[in-house]
Amino acid sequence: MSDSKIVDARDTFCPGPLMELITHMKQCSVGDTLELLSTDEGSGADVPEWVNKVGHEILSNEKIDGVWHIKIRKAK
Amino acid sequence: MAKISIVCLTGTREKLQMASMMASVAAATGDDVSVFLSMNAIPYFVKGHTGEAPVEGGIGTLMAQKGVPPFKQLFQQAVELGDAKLLPCSMVLDILKLEKEDLDPELGPPTGLTRFLSDAEGGQILTF
Repeated sequence: MSDSKIVDARDTFCPGPLMELITHMKQCSVGDTLELLSTDEGSGADVPEWVNKVGHEILSNEKIDGVWHIKIRKAK
Repeated sequence: MAKISIVCLTGTREKLQMASMMASVAAATGDDVSVFLSMNAIPYFVKGHTGEAPVEGGIGTLMAQKGVPPFKQLFQQAVELGDAKLLPCSMVLDILKLEKEDLDPELGPPTGLTRFLSDAEGGQILTF
């Protein structure tokens, strides 16, 4: 958990943050955690929607100083 | 798994952008995505084309200035991340005297309407 890989997609617009996340998800192993950083307002709802649909796990999702921090565990 | 067939005909930035967003997100979510490229959309996929497209309105101009992922990159990601198929219309290739080799490498085989329609049967078709 402590060594979540950061995927910094700040200052890109939809679907940039999601595509960045998916690119990194493909490269990591089952059980790894990633933390997506996004300033795209839609990410807070749309990224968890994708994560749940595909069957991974949302660990946390919060907005800090205008940046969404979304932690995901690769589940399969 | 849903089946989504996207028909992309126009050569304007906004419509190419929306088609590429739909294709990339649907493909990366596991949907079976085919994009039929025809009419004024074809020239953007000739090797070496920068992807510069005329805008329809103010949003197109703003997108060009902000960090919106370019539509050619999104179509490419649809193929690489989600196995989407980008299918050029064989009729337009004939008119332009283009071969498959003249097009970007991520494009699939030149496709006619009979084939496209039979592949699209039973799924959703979205047209841009």
